[in-house]
Amino acid sequence: MATAATHAGAHEAHDHKPSFFARWFLSTNHKDIGTLYLLFAFCAGMIGAFLSFGIRMEMEQPGLQYFSNPATYNVFVTGHGLIMVFFMVMPALIGGFGNWFVPLMIGAPDMAFPRMNNISFWLTVAGFCSLLCSLFVEGAPGANGAGTGWTVYPPLSTAGHPGPAVDFAIFALHLSGAGSILGAINFITTILNMRAPGMTLHKMPLFAWAELVTAFLLLLSLPVLAGAITMLLTDRNFGTTFFDPAGGGDPILYQHLFWFFGHPEVYIMILPAFGIVSHIISTFSRKPVFGYLAMAYAMVAIGVVGFVVWAHHMYTVGLSLQTQSYFVFATMVIAVPTGVKIFSWIATMWGGSIRFTAAMHWAVGFIFLFTVGGVTGVVLANSAVDKYLHDTYYVVAHFHYVLSLGAVFIIFAGIYYWFPKMTGRIIPEWAGKLHFWLAFIGANVLFFPMHFLGLAGMPRRYADYPEAFAGWHKVSTYGGHIFGLGMFVFVIGVVLAFRSKERAADNPWGEGATTLEWTLSSPPPFHQFETLPHIVDEPGAH
Amino acid sequence: MTSPSPTTPSAHSRGAARTAVICAGVAFGMVGLAYASVPLYNAFCKATGYDGTPRQGPALSVAAAQSTDSMVVHFDTNVAPGLSWKFAPEVNSVEAKLGETKTVFFRVKNTGPKPTTGVATFNVQPGLMGGYFVKVACFCFNEQTLQPGETIDVPVVFYVDPAVRTDSNTADLTEMTLSYTYFASKNGQPVTAAVAATGASGTKRDF
Repeated sequence: MATAATHAGAHEAHDHKPSFFARWFLSTNHKDIGTLYLLFAFCAGMIGAFLSFGIRMEMEQPGLQYFSNPATYNVFVTGHGLIMVFFMVMPALIGGFGNWFVPLMIGAPDMAFPRMNNISFWLTVAGFCSLLCSLFVEGAPGANGAGTGWTVYPPLSTAGHPGPAVDFAIFALHLSGAGSILGAINFITTILNMRAPGMTLHKMPLFAWAELVTAFLLLLSLPVLAGAITMLLTDRNFGTTFFDPAGGGDPILYQHLFWFFGHPEVYIMILPAFGIVSHIISTFSRKPVFGYLAMAYAMVAIGVVGFVVWAHHMYTVGLSLQTQSYFVFATMVIAVPTGVKIFSWIATMWGGSIRFTAAMHWAVGFIFLFTVGGVTGVVLANSAVDKYLHDTYYVVAHFHYVLSLGAVFIIFAGIYYWFPKMTGRIIPEWAGKLHFWLAFIGANVLFFPMHFLGLAGMPRRYADYPEAFAGWHKVSTYGGHIFGLGMFVFVIGVVLAFRSKERAADNPWGEGATTLEWTLSSPPPFHQFETLPHIVDEPGAH
Repeated sequence: MTSPSPTTPSAHSRGAARTAVICAGVAFGMVGLAYASVPLYNAFCKATGYDGTPRQGPALSVAAAQSTDSMVVHFDTNVAPGLSWKFAPEVNSVEAKLGETKTVFFRVKNTGPKPTTGVATFNVQPGLMGGYFVKVACFCFNEQTLQPGETIDVPVVFYVDPAVRTDSNTADLTEMTLSYTYFASKNGQPVTAAVAATGASGTKRDF
C-alpha cells in the first residue's frame, strides 16, 4: 500500500541510540515509551492478578479462610479493579500499542510532543506508586487500604474511610488521569496533524481511528472524574459537602459524575481492542476489512452514544420512570454500532484465506467472548431486570466477559501479532496457541458460572456467602487456576523467543499485513520515516 | 519513490500547537462543567421541580384556586443525631384542595441542657410530586436557635399546583408526604453529629 520500505534501512547505519539511562528513563522515542508502557502494564497486571488470586482463593469456600477482616477483602477487590482498569488495560492498549503503532501506521516520525509523552508515562507510574501506598495505610477503621470499590462512592469513601488510604487512591487517579489526558492530547495532535502525505482520515488504518476516538473520549470524560474525585477529596479533608446531604449535598451527584466518566471509560478500554482485532482478522484472512468506513464510524458512534447512557449504572438510585426509559433505550442503541462491528469482522473472515496463527486464535476467541458479554449487557440494560441483578455476580460476569475476556484477550492478540515487529524475535506459535486454549477454557470456567451465581442472588464485594453458592464458586476458582497456568506459558513463550536465534522478517505475516509498520524492518529503526512515505493507493481496500 | 512532505516542519508544529491548545481548553472546560454541574443541576431542579425538589413561589390568586379536587399531605419529621430536639407536626396530615394555600405548624422543643441551633432539610415523596408542591413560606428557609427547654411553633405555608392533574405521572395521586429533618447547624449549614458534639469547626474527621 505504501512505498516506505527501502529508505528505512538506509539510515540504520547512523541509527545511534542514547545510553541506557537516557534511553529508558528520559525517553522521548515513541517506540521506547510504548515498550515502557507495555512492561509497566505487565508488572501492574501481575499485581492486579495477584489480588484477584486472593479474591478467588477466599471465595473458593464459604466462611473466612484467608482474610481475617472482610474489609481487607474489599481492599483486594478495590485494588484489583483500579489496577486492572487504570494501570493495566489503559497503559497496555493506549500507552503501549498506541504509542508503538499509531505513528508507524500513519507514517509519522514520532508523536507530536515526545517530551509530553515521557511525562504521561511517568505520571502513570507515580499514580501507581500512590495506589500501592494506599494499600499500606489505614482506610476503613481498623483495616489498611481503600475498600471502596473502584467506583469510590460516598458516603463509604468519605464517612466510611476516615484513614488516609482513600486520599492516596484519589491522588493515584489524579496522577494517572493527568497522564492519560496529556497522552490523549498527544494522540489527537499526532493523528490530526502528522499523517503522511496522502493519508487522509478515510484512508487511515482502523487502529489509528480507534485510538483517535479513544483519545477524544479520554479528553472529555477524564476531567469530569478529576472534578468528582477532587470534590471527594475536599469533602473528606476540607469540610465541603458536595456529596453530604447534611450540608445540602447529594451522594447521587457523585454517581452521576463518576459514571459520566465511567461509562465512556469502558469504551476507552475496548475501542483500541476493536482496532487491533480488525487488523488481525484482516491480516490472517488475507482480505481487506469488510466495510472499512462503517467500521470507523461505528467506533465514532459508540463513542458519541457512550456519553449519554451513564445512568444505566444507577437504575436503583430512584430515577423517575421516564429517565429510566430513556437510559434503557439509549443503552440498547449502542448494540447497533457494536453489531455492525461484529458483523463486519465475521464478513471479513467470510470467504477469506484464513490462517489460524496464535494471534488469530486470540482475535476469533475475542469475537465470541465479547459477543457473550455484549448479550448479557443488553440484558442488564433493562432497568426492570437490572433492579434484580444490580451489584450481583451477573454484573461481575458481564463486565469480565467484555473486559477480562475482551480487552485482555486483545492485549495478548496484539502481543502475538506485533511481537515480531516490536522485537524482531518470534514467540513459538505452539506457546501462543497453548496459552490461548488455557486462557479460553480457564476464563470461561472462571466467569461463566458467575452468571448462575448472580441470577441466584450472590452479591458482589462480600467476603463470605451462604453454603448454597459454594458449588459454582469452587468451579470458578478452578477456572482462575487454569487461566493463571496460561500466564506461565506466555512467559515461557517470551523467554524462548529471546533465547532463540531465529529472527523475524520485516513482514512475517505475508500479503495480508498491509499497514505501514510492516514496510519497516523488524524491529523498526530507532527513528523512522525521516523522509515521509507517500500514500498512493487505497488502504481502505488493502 | 518517496517524495518530501509538501508541508514544512514549522507549519506542522503551528498546527500541532493549535490542536494541543484546543484540546487542553476542552479538558479544562470539562473540569469546569463537573463543578458547574452542581449549580446547573440546582437551577434545573428549581426551574422544573425535577427529582423531588419542592418549588418556592408566590401564593396563587383566588381565581386559580377553585378546584374541588384535593391531595392528602402527610408530614414526616426527623431529628438528626447530635441535636437533642423534639420535633413534631401539629397534625399528621391535612387534606389540601388543589391550589388552596394551607398553613401547618410544627412544634420544636430543645430538650438538651444548652442553647443549640438547627436547620431543617426537606423533601417530598413521591419525588415526581416535587414539581407541583409549592412552598410559599417555610421555617426550613432559616435556622432556629433554641434555649434549653424552649418550645416554638414554626409554620410552613404551601399549596399543591392544580397542574398536577395534567401530568400523566401524577394524575392519579391522592396522597403525598412532606418530610423534614432537623440538623445541628453552624453558620446556617447543617453539620454532623460528631461536630455538633465537639464544637469543632468544619466537618474535618479525626484520622
